[in-house]
Amino acid sequence: MTELLYAYAVTGREPGTAVASYGQGVTGAPVFPVAEGELAALVSRVPAAGFDEVALQAQLEDLEWLERVARAHHEVVAAASSAGCALPLRLATVYRDEDGVRRMLRTGHDRLRAELDRLDGRIEWGVKVYTTPAAQAAPVGPAGPGAAPAGPAAARGGAGGTVSGRDYLRQRLRQRQTQDGVLQQSSDLADRLDAELSRLAEDRRVHRPQDPRLSRRDGVNVLNASYLVPAADAHAFAERARTLVAGETRVRVEMTGPWAPYSFAGTGATEAP
Amino acid sequence: MTTAARYPEPYGSGTTNLADILERVLDKGIVIAGDIRINLLDIELLTIKLRLLVASVDKAKEMGIDWWEDDPSLSSGARKRGLDQENQRLRRRIAELEDGHGAAAEVEEGHEDRHEESRHEESRHEESRHEEVEGG
Repeated sequence: MTELLYAYAVTGREPGTAVASYGQGVTGAPVFPVAEGELAALVSRVPAAGFDEVALQAQLEDLEWLERVARAHHEVVAAASSAGCALPLRLATVYRDEDGVRRMLRTGHDRLRAELDRLDGRIEWGVKVYTTPAAQAAPVGPAGPGAAPAGPAAARGGAGGTVSGRDYLRQRLRQRQTQDGVLQQSSDLADRLDAELSRLAEDRRVHRPQDPRLSRRDGVNVLNASYLVPAADAHAFAERARTLVAGETRVRVEMTGPWAPYSFAGTGATEAP
Repeated sequence: MTTAARYPEPYGSGTTNLADILERVLDKGIVIAGDIRINLLDIELLTIKLRLLVASVDKAKEMGIDWWEDDPSLSSGARKRGLDQENQRLRRRIAELEDGHGAAAEVEEGHEDRHEESRHEESRHEESRHEEVEGG
C-alpha cells in the first residue's frame, strides 16, 4: 500500500526524542521526526488512499473525519510544544516521502528558523468573552426576547387585550434597547479586559466570534482573542485574567490554553501585512 | 533547556472545544507547500458550512464571503441595521393602525416616540428618522 507522510509541526530540536510522546498521529501511526540540518518536521505515515489529492478533497467534506484528524493533529502539536518550540503546520500538509519533507525544510529554512526564534518559549492563551444569561435576563416586554415582530394582534392577546399599537411599539423598543444595552455593556467589558491583557502580552490576535453551532456555548461571543505570552509568565497572565473578571456576572470569560502559538505562527515577515 | 518544566499546565479541564481547535488548525499555523496540493479553500464543505464558522474575517472577505455582516447574531453592524429596519417597519404599522386619528396625530406620535428613542440612539439614526418623517 502506498504511503504518504503527514506533517504536523516543525521544530528546531534535535530529532530522536521519545517518539511515543508525540501521540498517535492522525491514523494511529507513530509520529517521528524527519531532520534536515537543524530543523525537523514531525510526521506520521498515512495511507495514500486516504490522503492524496482526491481522497482529501472528499474526506475534508466529512465533519467526523475532520474532527478526528483535527484533534489528532492538535494533540501532536501540543505534545511537541510541551517539549520545546514547535511551529504548527496547517492541517493536511502532506508529502510523498521523506525527501519531500527534507526539501520543504531546506527551502523554507530561513523562514522557519526565523519563526522558531521569534516564538521560542512563547505560548498562546485563548480568551473568549460571552454575554451571560444573567445579563440577558433584564426585563423585556411580553413578546419575549428574540420574538419576531408579530404585529399588534399578538401583543393584545399577550397582555389581556389592552395593549395599544403604540404601547406595543414602546415595549418592542425597550426590549431592543435592553438587548442592545446588554451587548454594548458586554462589549465594553470585553474591550477593557482585552486592553489589560494586551498590555501583558507580547502580541495579540483577534479571531472571529465563534459560531454557537460549533462552540455549543450559550451567550453571544463578544470577544475571541489570542495572546502571545512567554511561557514563564503564562500562569501570571492567567491569574491576572482571572482577577480582572472575578465576581463579574455580566459576562462569562472562558480561557483556553496554553496553546502552541498557532495564531502567531506564519504571521511574522512571511505574510503581507 | 528545561522546556517541559516551564511549560504551564493546561487551563481548566475537559475536552478542548472543537471550534477552538478548528479555528487554529484550519485557519492558523504555518502554511507551507506540501507534495499533495490541497487547497483548503476549494473544499466545498469548508466553504459552505465550516470555513464560514472558523475562517478569519479577512480571509473570508477575500473569498467574497461576508454573509455574517448581515446576520444580526454575528454582527453588531447588522444588529444596528436590523434595529433601524424594525423601527421603520413598526412605525409604518403604527401609522397604518392609527390612520383613523388623522395625519396630524400620526406625525405627533411619531415625534414623541422619536424623542424617547433619541436618548438612546446615535445621532446618525436620528437623522434618518427625520428624513423618514419628512418624507412620509
